[in-house]
Amino acid sequence: MSLHYELGNRDNAAGVRLIGRIDRDASDTLDEAYAGVASDAPAAIELDFSAVDYINSTGIALIIALLARARADGALLRAVGLTPHYQHIFDITRLSDYIKIVQPDPK
Amino acid sequence: MLWVDDRCDTPCGRVRQDEDLTMKDTLGVRRGRVAVADAVVDAAAKPVAPVTTQTRVEGRAAKAAERTGKRDARRAKSNAQDPPQAHTSLINVEIDPSDPLLTFLQSETGPVEIASLPAYSPAVNRMKEQCVQVVVPLVTSGKLVGLLALGPRLSERSYSRYDRRLLKDLARYAAPALRLGQLMHEQEREARAHERLGQELHVAQLIQQQFLPAGLPELGGWHVAAFYGPARTVGGDFYDIIQLDDGRVMVVTGDVTDKGVPAALVMASTYGLLRATAKVASAPGEVLRRVNELLIPQIPMNMFVTCLVLVIDLGSGRIEFANAGHNLPYVRRDDQVIQLMARGMPLGLMPGSIYDEHEMVIEPGDIVLLYSDGITEQHNAAGEMFGFDRTAALVAAATSGDQLVDSSVQALTKFSAGVDQEDDITLVTLHRGLAGTPRSTVSFSVPSEMGNEREVMDRVAAIVEGALPEDALFALNTAVSETTMNAIEHGNRAQTALEVSVTVRRTVETITVDISDYGRGRQHETETPDIDLKLAGEQTPRGWGLFLVEQLVDRVEEFTEGDRHIVRLIMRTGDGSAIERQET
Repeated sequence: MSLHYELGNRDNAAGVRLIGRIDRDASDTLDEAYAGVASDAPAAIELDFSAVDYINSTGIALIIALLARARADGALLRAVGLTPHYQHIFDITRLSDYIKIVQPDPK
Repeated sequence: MLWVDDRCDTPCGRVRQDEDLTMKDTLGVRRGRVAVADAVVDAAAKPVAPVTTQTRVEGRAAKAAERTGKRDARRAKSNAQDPPQAHTSLINVEIDPSDPLLTFLQSETGPVEIASLPAYSPAVNRMKEQCVQVVVPLVTSGKLVGLLALGPRLSERSYSRYDRRLLKDLARYAAPALRLGQLMHEQEREARAHERLGQELHVAQLIQQQFLPAGLPELGGWHVAAFYGPARTVGGDFYDIIQLDDGRVMVVTGDVTDKGVPAALVMASTYGLLRATAKVASAPGEVLRRVNELLIPQIPMNMFVTCLVLVIDLGSGRIEFANAGHNLPYVRRDDQVIQLMARGMPLGLMPGSIYDEHEMVIEPGDIVLLYSDGITEQHNAAGEMFGFDRTAALVAAATSGDQLVDSSVQALTKFSAGVDQEDDITLVTLHRGLAGTPRSTVSFSVPSEMGNEREVMDRVAAIVEGALPEDALFALNTAVSETTMNAIEHGNRAQTALEVSVTVRRTVETITVDISDYGRGRQHETETPDIDLKLAGEQTPRGWGLFLVEQLVDRVEEFTEGDRHIVRLIMRTGDGSAIERQET
């Protein structure tokens, strides 16, 4: 499995820490992770990318699908721990228009 | 009716067009159809060309005679008295620009009897021969723009005072109308000429662009940069880069005298001859000698081609060159500027011309500039030429081939502000990199299995290590991964037996990654991904690959070579210092 996840609440949001690669093999893991947090109908979901070392275009598509579900469920998405390169990709794809990018907590 | 065009002080011209005019019977004039010739001044080209007037009078006398016996007899009598051309023959009256008739009529304001016109005028005599009885000058704004030539009245009486007044009035109204017509004709003619010129320029541009390299090759260890700026009238500049069978590279720059379509056609012909000759001869002097012999039978008179041929051994840096009257290249070496000296007759002028060959070694770091006279001979608003000194100064200040091209274009633009570009401008630079050797090229391939894009990405990253800043390296990684994924999934349809080939080239200034598959490439334009549409369900969430590639690298090229479809990713290294440091 290219991607793993850990769940944990964080700053008034349901937290999902993603570990590994977000590519075509990550589909089931992302679905499972989302289902894990969505059951509590959170107002916000925080995706932690600090342990993600690779996102390709299929991964971007999976994140968009996840975003669409979150919007349908009325949950805000925010992203933490993106490297400058993937922040740039979030910008050029305009994912950052819909997913708030926040800097990781220094603690 | 004769038209006189006043575009020069001396009426002169040539026949342009015929028109029909029907004279009213109310004038009692022998009715006829009068063909009018438009006498158009063409002062610049034919300053003493004659005005030609073609007047055809078709008398109805014969037909009328058929209708009534009495009139028949009278007409027959009349016809017998008239010279035959008065009724049916074509009357030609050519008025020489120096004919005194023109000056005479200029000051007349009403009908003039032919008999009172100067008998020493050749035109008057010719009109008399053709039964012209009265001439009415058409003058407007003090200029003679035409004249009415009338034959005898039907009644055979002389023209009455009433007729003359009527003719004078007619002339007063007809003259400005005629002038207006002339101006409209002139305007239409100019518009047509303008359109024709525009079409010719477009054709010339198409021909020329067809033969300019679509892209510049990556030469192991060398960086090639080029600029071609066509003049508005399209000159005949060309350049070409030809891979020779022995592994060396031939660089050609040339300039055809003349402009427009003829120059473009000669350029195309020369280009073809150079390419064909390069297959059988690689010595630059011999190439020029052969092309000259082949060109001479087909090149139009007064046209010739200047051309410089330079052959590079990429590994050793040794160049051989020969010159057929083209501008001498410059080489920047350290703080020096060296000019490559070579002389020879331009191509297409003299059979049996011999072209001496010269040699030199281009050292690592050297920059060579090949250029056309469009740069050196460009004038500024003060009439001063850009010249060789300014060109050499640009070479002296060059830090890279790209920079030299950019700075030359900028300097020339600034220099020639407010004036038109006079000729095509061609600049080709060859920069031998400090790190540049053919060993900087690495190739490998992977089977078309999903997931192998990561292996390709990691291997390319290892090959280019140290050459790119971190952000550029990450961008290249993603672009390589996406392009490889497309090659595996779409190009090779994930057939593992088919390999995706990867070639990485490092030069001082660029990293180039070629990724090839066996597909046919994109068969149609891809939709630009839009996250709003994707979230609205109007676009599939996928489709980001090519978009990311295009956004992340400096340039993407796509082409085919044999059965391979190749996507070329190009990243600039910045100043190239990373590679240089690594090599040292």
